[in-house]
Amino acid sequence: MVDARLSSPQQVSLQGRLGALAFTFSTAWPNVSSAALEKGELVVRTTRDQLVPLMTFLRDDPQCRFEQMMDLCGVDYPSRAERFDVVYNLLSVTLNQRIRVIITTDEVAPVASVSGLWPCACWWERECYDLFGVQFSGNPDMRRILTDDGFEGYPLRKDFPLTGYEEVRYDVASRQVVKEPVSLAQDFRNFDFVSPWEGMLTLPGDEKAHEVRQHIRRSRG
Amino acid sequence: MTDADKGILLNDADAILRTDIPESLLPEQQVEARERKTLEIDSHALNFGPQHPSAHGVLRLVLEMEGELVARTVPHIGLLHRGTEKLIEYKTYQKALPYFDRLDYVSPMCEEQAFALATEKLLGIEIPERARWLRVMFAEITRVLNHILNITALGLDCGAVTPALWGYEEREKLLEFYEAASGARFHANYFRPGGVAQDLPAGLEDKIGAWAKEFPAWIDQLEGLLTENRIWKQRTVGIGVFTAEQALAWGFSGPCLRASGVPWDLRRTQPYDNYHKVEFNVPVARHGDCYDRYLVRVAEMRESVSIIEQCLNQIRPGDVKVQDPKFSPPPRAEMKRSMEALIHHFKLFSEGYHVPPGATYTAVESPKGEFGVYLVADGSNKPYRCKIRPTGFAHLQALDELSRRSMLADMVAVLGSLDLVFGEVDR
Repeated sequence: MVDARLSSPQQVSLQGRLGALAFTFSTAWPNVSSAALEKGELVVRTTRDQLVPLMTFLRDDPQCRFEQMMDLCGVDYPSRAERFDVVYNLLSVTLNQRIRVIITTDEVAPVASVSGLWPCACWWERECYDLFGVQFSGNPDMRRILTDDGFEGYPLRKDFPLTGYEEVRYDVASRQVVKEPVSLAQDFRNFDFVSPWEGMLTLPGDEKAHEVRQHIRRSRG
Repeated sequence: MTDADKGILLNDADAILRTDIPESLLPEQQVEARERKTLEIDSHALNFGPQHPSAHGVLRLVLEMEGELVARTVPHIGLLHRGTEKLIEYKTYQKALPYFDRLDYVSPMCEEQAFALATEKLLGIEIPERARWLRVMFAEITRVLNHILNITALGLDCGAVTPALWGYEEREKLLEFYEAASGARFHANYFRPGGVAQDLPAGLEDKIGAWAKEFPAWIDQLEGLLTENRIWKQRTVGIGVFTAEQALAWGFSGPCLRASGVPWDLRRTQPYDNYHKVEFNVPVARHGDCYDRYLVRVAEMRESVSIIEQCLNQIRPGDVKVQDPKFSPPPRAEMKRSMEALIHHFKLFSEGYHVPPGATYTAVESPKGEFGVYLVADGSNKPYRCKIRPTGFAHLQALDELSRRSMLADMVAVLGSLDLVFGEVDR
């Protein structure tokens, strides 16, 4: 889908260039499972062992020249065998283009660190390790970064509850900060917002309309 | 003593070998074996923050000092971590938006803009022309707000008190525009997916226009205090120097990158909303020191005023949000008469809208630099994952590199020039 906002000649040529890059990656590069434009953004999916060679290529190749690593983040899909996506967002200041590289991993398989390519990767990897528990090999400073001292668990995993497990307060009697299990006066309320009009496709006695309703739902996306 | 003896324990100049201690004062085992030496490492760690006024919030730095020189900086962050990304996963898209005001609370609307643009991209909706102009105008007001605070706070860190007093007065005028448009001075919740929350009240455009005429004179006054000030230049020129290569490798963006000589501005290179319809210059400096970062920000304020004036000239009456009841609430009056409008209103604020599956990384040029949102939607009414790319995170990370072998007092100037806000760094 090409955004209507991207209709200037500059943007059209950018789309063409990114498309050509996507073609290069999907044909000439081993272990690239997919390379395509998604909503006008170049996305490359590859495997863990190909990460560092690919990233080195992306940084140094004159057609890519992604000098900046803007962002690294994890995404958790607990139902998959390799539950984590690690997403790298790169930016080329020289050629004015962006690329997104996605690899998958699980709780134990380490991902090679790219902090040798971009020094700023160090903290992003620490953050990903802190929040998801993704292991990075070769990172010079693999400590937790955002969570509290002595924090246990990985808060952005989908199986980590929003309320957490422990709460911290200052205890006046013992004159120190104490940790206690979370106790809430009211349970966290998570409403099921899928309304019966849209969620229950087949109401009792209404089976005939099933196909029609499904079609309506699909077209609304 | 041979060099080999020294090499056992020592290999740098930091350690002083004590050979002048009389034998009677040495521990017993050392008397027996004279080869063992007593080492004294001449370095100590200094704790800076987290309650230090020039730590700009809750930053804790552990500085390894060599005398008054900083040998190594270890930033400890996360003291303001509130789990914003986790919270957003449990909120509908509309309810997730106000969290963005609370990230970088010095430039709230630019953060909202990133999330609004990302959501609109996934939804595939186009916002009306007037909403775009309003966004550009308020994003630039936000930029001025942010730069005033940053420049004057940096001045305060370096000992110049007057700019801060003047700056707060000027910020107050801009915050009144915020309040008039959105109802809140800081946590505006104004830019929303689908447009802006509401149209401007009558007369606000004239007020902003009047302010834009006066403001350049204020910038001149500010520059009169600082730009050629001998003390200011002594504190900032040549301090915290970063080359263009370093700045790129460390993920710098915004004024910090431009001060190092990279002409890069997302408003120009990857325009969003109506930035392709306004003309402005991208100020670039060469030396990459604190003084250049200051100069770039001052020049950007002037450009922002020019952009605001262009917005006021080109803005026309019209809708300020998409006229689709699935994304925008119906007018209050219509809800009193129309059953359908009432249902839409109820569904919008309870269930929200469902965003089709997909992912996008959308970045805007916030006053501090590139502020990005990586948004993953799974077709439900809540984001599956919303990664916030804070600008200050990358800048703070480079602090060790920036301030190595600098004086302790310069550390404060470097920190101030990076424009850090910990609501954003810690999320």
